[in-house]
Amino acid sequence: MSLGSVPLKYKISIDREQCMKCMRCVDNCSYGVYRVEDDKILIDSRKCTACHRCMSMCPRDAIMLQEKPVDYRSHPLWTAEAREDVINQARTGKIILAGMGNAIDYPIIFDRLVLDACQVTNPSIDPLREPMELRTYLGKKPAKLEFTKNNGDVELSTKLAPNLKLDTPIMIGHMSYGAISLNAQLSLAKAVAKTGTFMGTGEGGMHDAIYPYQDHMIVQIASGRFGVDINYLERGAAIEIKVGQGAKPGIGGHLPGEKVCSDVSCTRMIPLGSDAISPAPHHDIYSIEDLAQLVRSLKEATNWEKPVFVKIAAVHNVAAIAAGIARSSADAVVIDGFRGGTGAAPKVFRDNVGIPIEAAIAAVDQKLNDQGIRNEISLIASGGIRNSADLAKSIALGADAIYIGTASLIALGCRVCGNCYRGLCPWGIATQRSELVERIDPQVGSQNVANLINAWTLELSELMGAAGLNSIESLRGNRERLRGYMLDEGLLNVLKVESVGA
Amino acid sequence: MCGIIGVIDRTMARMDGSSIKKALGLMDERGSGEGAGYVAYGIYPDYPDCYAIHVFFDNLLEPKSDVDKILQKWGRIVHQEEIPTYEQPGLKKEHIPWRYFFKPYTDLMVGTTNPDDDNVKRLVMTINSNVEGALVFSSGINLGVFKASGWPEDVANFYRIEDYKGYIWLAHNRYPTNTAGWWGGAHPFNLLDWSVVHNGEITSYGTNRRYVESNGYKCTMSTDTEVVAYLFDFLGRRHGLPSDMIVEALAPPFWDEIDEMPEKQEEFMRTLRLTYGPALMNGPFAIVVATKDGIVGFTDRIKLRPLVVGENGARLYISSEEAAIRVMDPEVEKIYMPRAGEPVIGSVVE
Amino acid sequence: MEVEPLVIDAKGMHYTPLNKMIRAAVASGVKEIVLNNVLGQRFIGNGLRGDAKIIINGVPGGDLGMFMSGPECEIFGDAEHAPGNTMDKGSLIIHGSAGDAVAHSMRGGKVFVEGNIGYRGGIHMKEYEDKRPILAVGGTSHAFLGEYMAGGLILVLGIGHEPAVRDRGIGSGIHGGEIVIRGDVNDKLLGVGATKVLFTEDDLERLAPVIEEFCERFDLDSSSFLDTNYSRIIPSSSRPFAGKYTWD
Repeated sequence: MSLGSVPLKYKISIDREQCMKCMRCVDNCSYGVYRVEDDKILIDSRKCTACHRCMSMCPRDAIMLQEKPVDYRSHPLWTAEAREDVINQARTGKIILAGMGNAIDYPIIFDRLVLDACQVTNPSIDPLREPMELRTYLGKKPAKLEFTKNNGDVELSTKLAPNLKLDTPIMIGHMSYGAISLNAQLSLAKAVAKTGTFMGTGEGGMHDAIYPYQDHMIVQIASGRFGVDINYLERGAAIEIKVGQGAKPGIGGHLPGEKVCSDVSCTRMIPLGSDAISPAPHHDIYSIEDLAQLVRSLKEATNWEKPVFVKIAAVHNVAAIAAGIARSSADAVVIDGFRGGTGAAPKVFRDNVGIPIEAAIAAVDQKLNDQGIRNEISLIASGGIRNSADLAKSIALGADAIYIGTASLIALGCRVCGNCYRGLCPWGIATQRSELVERIDPQVGSQNVANLINAWTLELSELMGAAGLNSIESLRGNRERLRGYMLDEGLLNVLKVESVGA
Repeated sequence: MCGIIGVIDRTMARMDGSSIKKALGLMDERGSGEGAGYVAYGIYPDYPDCYAIHVFFDNLLEPKSDVDKILQKWGRIVHQEEIPTYEQPGLKKEHIPWRYFFKPYTDLMVGTTNPDDDNVKRLVMTINSNVEGALVFSSGINLGVFKASGWPEDVANFYRIEDYKGYIWLAHNRYPTNTAGWWGGAHPFNLLDWSVVHNGEITSYGTNRRYVESNGYKCTMSTDTEVVAYLFDFLGRRHGLPSDMIVEALAPPFWDEIDEMPEKQEEFMRTLRLTYGPALMNGPFAIVVATKDGIVGFTDRIKLRPLVVGENGARLYISSEEAAIRVMDPEVEKIYMPRAGEPVIGSVVE
Repeated sequence: MEVEPLVIDAKGMHYTPLNKMIRAAVASGVKEIVLNNVLGQRFIGNGLRGDAKIIINGVPGGDLGMFMSGPECEIFGDAEHAPGNTMDKGSLIIHGSAGDAVAHSMRGGKVFVEGNIGYRGGIHMKEYEDKRPILAVGGTSHAFLGEYMAGGLILVLGIGHEPAVRDRGIGSGIHGGEIVIRGDVNDKLLGVGATKVLFTEDDLERLAPVIEEFCERFDLDSSSFLDTNYSRIIPSSSRPFAGKYTWD
């Protein structure tokens, strides 16, 4: 028996009076919503992903989009999505693949935290007039300063381990070449170079077009070891071992063969068109001491000149895992919350596995603090950071710096339609089709991304100034400057934050 | 809010408390009559090697027997007595100030190079967080804190501080916001040899507190000044940093200044700042810290609170207001304003 | 100008200074380095480039030759966990046995093991263009041999073992490269996605140089191995996961 079709997700209509038939929509839609017949633009709404490319290019604002134009009988449990997933799987018997971050309406803790400002008892600081220090060093810090004194001359014995110096605590997370296009990666790379910060290569090796920006690149080594050789390791400003990812904790990743074009195959060092499979674990890491071995192996291979970060997904036991990582010679631990984006993840993982980044930062920071080693290792947070307020709250909860991913892609045009895995991204981001990739001009793209980083940096300075802080060290872990609004007691305890009014 | 003043006689000649009482009284406008206090070094020459443990008791029953028990377990009480006080019309006696002269058993602490200090530090933390109705507010050798809720003159007269003679004095006049009218909230704050008076508010308190708590301290007095005493104890005693280096860690130069330094100095400051980032203090403050070896005064990095220094021979004065110094010493010779974040150090000369 | 071989007594040495000495020697043009009394030092030859030859007398620790790109290490002793991990170029000649995850993610060069290897040998080995990693084993291998294999060659001769491999999960998730095992392999031992095919004369011709080189390195008579009595295991698809998903 046929299940028939499910209702349209989106309905596209064109205001024919406004339309001047310039055909930009037809040219821009890579999903095939529009076609021309007898001088008329025909619409196939079923193909629409709500990527907004057509609308953004329409000179007359003639295109309208309606989400879920057909009603189901309303039901609080059997939502339209629940029903459609069942129908999909009844039809195919397969795992549902989805893009971008967690799409379930969980409460957002960031939005239940409020920041502090000075009134009377201490003055706010105007960052335009007074010094404001956002410089952040990522890497191992000594527990204690060692020095000797010879007739009043102080001789430093402590030798600092290599640290990354950031002008602003905002970095761009790991999105591989392959998952995103070269022009997208180039735009991001130029932007971090401009703003004095860093970005991740993702697990895809480093394309030679990125070499000029290698001093701003954190090279990733993941379970697939794609594109990893000694040259790659030496190029990076730092090395990051990816153990897990917030969007899909506990499973590996597959770059589908159709995305492995010749350039991607060369950068990843794998044959053209073959699936690039990253196994779930690193098969040389089955335990914490194996992680320490890989960290030290990477350091040994690069002469102890590169900081090594370890990225894990925020899972229930994240604090204890991070404490283990802190003992491994690693310089920073990266935690990726369950709202982290991705090009493709099984929907059941994306929406149901892991914990929110806010709780993870608090738990990790607290555990490291309890063990007296918090300042010796850096903590980088990612996964669903949307604006400078989320950034400030992350740092106040205990992060040293953050990675942004989705936000940086939105700055390149992404409208979070979530179809990245299809390789047809009309914005030229999550695709390898040259005609689409060319839609990004890295000059323009990098300026947009740099603008975003600069704007958040400015806002962070203002927030800190208002709180009477002129140095980022004094915001880090300063939970006195946060209050919880309508958070339950259990969560307040985890966050070690008082309620508003307290 | 708040007024502070400190004085040291670098030859260790002892001064009685009458002049600092006058000086602090001159700054009444800076307070609200809800807290004042004094600390003096060298006041207990009869017990030169005992920890003088000053405690506020709510009564002399359970809290005191608990404290006695703890002290007797960890050392020997050489002498104990109520601290003499004299009723003042403007001051309500809310606690019974008591003092023990205490010698810890050295062999009870392991894994430390200064077992006596660590022993006493631990006792202070234990009593203050666990014994209801008892608060240790002073725990150093041959020194004592005297504080209460009230105007400076009333507090001074309550303890008759002119009866004490010390070579270092710090005093503080409080305008409270965080904890009104609480005796424990008055300054100076003391732990072991460290005493602190502080004017201002530390906006980085949350960060600093987490740092000291991560290293075995417990902040029990719900006010930001306490953390300064612990930071000095941690960096000075436990990490062996000299006073000027502690101030550099707490109020370091800005990065753009560090970048301009000669290579060796740059490396030193960068390393110091990275090592002690969580100790960096932010917000408006002027602070004077004392130990038996001297005093150090400093302000926040952008000078949001006043601090004036005066010198006259062996004497060095640090105060919120110049007039207060001149009341203490009309003959004071040199008056100047130190730069933001730069320590003013007065050390005893043996 | 001929540079003298460098002899290092590694007894009790930590791996970092040991590797620094090796690096410095290679940088100064030394072509042969002899390490005596090696015991447990990890990461030997890690990330090392060039064409030096390193003789290791003793039992080196884990990740021997990891990220190595060029040199040859000849080990007179057993090797521990993951020798040849993510190795790029060069060779490891092990006169002994090795632990788990031998040649993990190896992308080029050769790892020859005279004895046996542990679990997950050759896991996720991969090839690209002229880089084709080879793991050859004289003895037997434990389970999950060539798991997730994406390219290259694994050869198991099974000397002294009948059958050559008796543990499960051979080629589990394999999507590139080939596993060649002496004699027959029980179909039950094949992992998901692995297919056993006939080993042909053409295959023999292709692999004969590898078999000959292996035998030469370990003083074996190659003629007794140059026949078609092998099983060849290859991927059933280069896209093993293509059919696993449906779109949201």
